[in-house]
Amino acid sequence: MSQKLLLNAQELELTLNRLACQLIENHNDFSNTALIGLQPRGSFLLQRLEQMLSSEYGIKDLKTGLLDITFYRDDFRRSDGPLKANSTDINFIVEDMKVVIVDDVLYTGRSIRAALTALQSFGRPLSIELLTLIDRRFSRHLPIQPDYNGRQVDAIGNQKVKVNWKDNAGEDAVYLLKNEN
Amino acid sequence: MSELSVDHLLGIKNLTKEDIQLIHTTADQFKEVINRPIKKVPSLRDITIANLFFENSTRTKLSFELAEKRLSADVINFSASQSSVKKGETLVDTVNNILAMKVDIVVMRHPNPGAGVFLSKHVDARIVNAGDGAHEHPTQALLDSYSMREELGDLKGKKVVIVGDILHSRVALSNIYCLQKLGAEVMVCGPGTLIPKHIEDLGVKVELNLKKALEWCDVANMLRVQNERMDISYFPSVREYVQQYGVNMELLDSIKKKIVIMHPGPINRGVEITSEVADSDQAIILNQVENGVAVRMAVLYLIASKIQRNND
Repeated sequence: MSQKLLLNAQELELTLNRLACQLIENHNDFSNTALIGLQPRGSFLLQRLEQMLSSEYGIKDLKTGLLDITFYRDDFRRSDGPLKANSTDINFIVEDMKVVIVDDVLYTGRSIRAALTALQSFGRPLSIELLTLIDRRFSRHLPIQPDYNGRQVDAIGNQKVKVNWKDNAGEDAVYLLKNEN
Repeated sequence: MSELSVDHLLGIKNLTKEDIQLIHTTADQFKEVINRPIKKVPSLRDITIANLFFENSTRTKLSFELAEKRLSADVINFSASQSSVKKGETLVDTVNNILAMKVDIVVMRHPNPGAGVFLSKHVDARIVNAGDGAHEHPTQALLDSYSMREELGDLKGKKVVIVGDILHSRVALSNIYCLQKLGAEVMVCGPGTLIPKHIEDLGVKVELNLKKALEWCDVANMLRVQNERMDISYFPSVREYVQQYGVNMELLDSIKKKIVIMHPGPINRGVEITSEVADSDQAIILNQVENGVAVRMAVLYLIASKIQRNND
């Protein structure tokens, strides 16, 4: 297994900054916007964006939540291992709000499909957008595209994209992992 | 660990500590689900569940049915009073007839101890025991321990007394197994006639004096006196039972610490506990009912996740 660095800490910071600015362009003061991170890995990206929006751009009282899609996945009883649930933490109704789904890597699009269904349990949002850090181009199974995207990557089947955060892995970096055989 | 070690939920005796903990943590997520504006998830969309109740039940049946519907399973109900059991059909035949309609999971309550185990060996479906005679009632024990965990945190070293009719109670046996696996200490308390002989062999303490038992414990689980299962008189009169083993506010106030009062229902108000106790903030009886749905959702979800999809 070899790995190639896609984004180092500085580049990642720059990308986060750009994503934050793009969000501000479309959502102004975020008064009617909610950012929803997908469990488990979208939570780290959400946390960093939230910090950046608040410390660099003075956006306080941002509405955020964490959504677990385990019970909505379409591979229940199809995947090799059982699906383990994470916690959902959304303490508001998304009725008539602009929702931005936040996740680190967009691959087949199936998680996002599940998230769209899961969100319906919290009301009817005005609109839903998608923000991803890494978009794995050409690997979609469903017609789903990000509205805000950090970096597009061409990764083939047996390759993996790994996003490390200071909070969970001690460094900020994005790697492309390749299987040698 | 993210998978149960068993294929059927027949009793707590066959579960490991890790199984119980997995059911509890999964139930945490379902408890969040059932408190949403839309309380339903699509997980078991392609699963059919038959609720077979060969014995009367209201709350367990409702709780299972709601759990199944919240998971989007298809549900069929069957109760013995309206069925062919009275016409002489055997249990295996009855169940096989129902399974011919492509049922994946059977939730069964039966008056005979071991009915679930027997069925699991003879039919091709996953079995969830919803009470078999005076043997086990695993989901009740799981929801009781879940409710205790919610109040007290980790149950290791906690002290629980089960009060009342231990002899006829499947709730008592399942609770004893479950609490011991989670590391709690268990005591049973009741009239000598309603405490099974040799119960000490299970590692539980026996106490005949209610006040002493309450002073010892952190949680008191009050059981109903099951008059319908009593073929002879086990105590002289209900009045005497209330005097000796009924919990009232005066008794609770005389104990230095604040203990948690639980009851699996249905309550005989004024017998096991007074109305005042049942409605006090020490009682978590209605939390138990709410948790029952979340715990049963967790059990059905985890059992269903072990059924491999047939790909042909």
